[in-house]
Amino acid sequence: MMPHTPRPPEAIAADRARYEDHQRKGLAFTPKSPPTPSPRPAPPPVDVLRTEVIKGGWYTQLAMQTGQVLRIQSGGLGGSVSLAAWADADRSERLNLPDTVKVQWTTELRKGRVLFSDMGRVMLSITEDSSGAHDVLTGGSGPDGAGTPVQRNTRDNMILAAAKLGLSRRDLPMLMTFFAPVRVDAAGRFFWNATLLSGTDWVELRAEMPLVLALSNTRHPLDPTFGKVPPVTLTLQGARAVAEDDLCRTATAEAIRGFENNARG
Amino acid sequence: MQIHDIPAEKPWSGIVRKGQTIRIIDAYGQQAIDTIFYNAHDHGERYSAQDTMREQGAAYITEGTKVMSNDGRVMLTVTADLSGRHDTCAGCCSCESNTVRFGEGTRQLHACRENFILELARHGMTKRDIVPNINFFMNVPISPNGAMTIDDGISAPGDHVELVAEMDVLCVISNCPQINNPCNGFDPTPIRVEIRD
Repeated sequence: MMPHTPRPPEAIAADRARYEDHQRKGLAFTPKSPPTPSPRPAPPPVDVLRTEVIKGGWYTQLAMQTGQVLRIQSGGLGGSVSLAAWADADRSERLNLPDTVKVQWTTELRKGRVLFSDMGRVMLSITEDSSGAHDVLTGGSGPDGAGTPVQRNTRDNMILAAAKLGLSRRDLPMLMTFFAPVRVDAAGRFFWNATLLSGTDWVELRAEMPLVLALSNTRHPLDPTFGKVPPVTLTLQGARAVAEDDLCRTATAEAIRGFENNARG
Repeated sequence: MQIHDIPAEKPWSGIVRKGQTIRIIDAYGQQAIDTIFYNAHDHGERYSAQDTMREQGAAYITEGTKVMSNDGRVMLTVTADLSGRHDTCAGCCSCESNTVRFGEGTRQLHACRENFILELARHGMTKRDIVPNINFFMNVPISPNGAMTIDDGISAPGDHVELVAEMDVLCVISNCPQINNPCNGFDPTPIRVEIRD
């Protein structure tokens, strides 16, 4: 083996003390106002720019400008909505879920949390969320996964949506899937916590930079339901003023530093 | 048998042919080894953390794990694991995510993403080809309430994992230089890779 000279013990101790301070604060996430779930049914959208229904099994792609808000409205149980996102200015900058969960110290992304790119910037803020029942770990279905060969699947949908943005499978990041209550037990095994879903759930995402998105409406491979995948409704709403004390922008030290990176450009 | 000694904080890449075994040795213990696999003949097919976790129904990499590609195919199988549990949720460190986690003062510190960019450039790939990786010997427990944290490594000096290749793969490693959290015991160390038929 190659020889190794250890770092000085005082340098190690200083780095450890600094990390343990970050860890203690990060795991004790205490937003200024508690992120209670958004009400159901959703209130009427405001300043609607575009509405689109994704049929069960299908996909779409769309652009968002900074400050615009996308509502994703579930049309019933049995369907989940997978998301990929890229910075419009440089599509090598993309949704990075490992960074997103690592810097926020949680795999449960819900109202008050933000989604990071690989460049340490915030792409999207989760401004409304009725369920908190979303998955970042297990992705979507493949051609050989859930269902039969005649059913559409998440992987093919994402390749198709990416292609229509000039991108390929090389550009697909890990997917965030809304309305997919995948949870982890003490042994690290996944299970589907169906009690977290209502069938009328919705989320709203605010763009924090110009983006292009791909969205797929498919049944999650861990979802035990069967039958038709219901439609989802996307509603793109105009940019609105962001309050000084906006929850997503101020909830954690990590979010604040992420938005500092957005401002830095 | 090929033996590759990889200095602390440095990247490495090499081919593992179908049927060959790669042994990754944490020579000094508690050293995160960030690893991505690509189909050696089609770099568009590469490691997929989500497919790997979903197919095995569990969040950690360990003996028996089938390492899956984005095309849903088995790339390698983990056949030995002296350490017990390896992360694939937390990705690799970067200068940019370090600023979010630890403050602007950490931007100009070496990071795995820098290693991956430079090593992938040798194979005609770019930043867009960096996918969420396996962190061999990195301990990132996920609690049932979703909380996740990077804890002290559980690997002892000389611990190893072995994987048998199910297709010809390009293995790309960043021997993690992070000193802002305990993934390397705050002291990055050299590692060794062995490839045998």
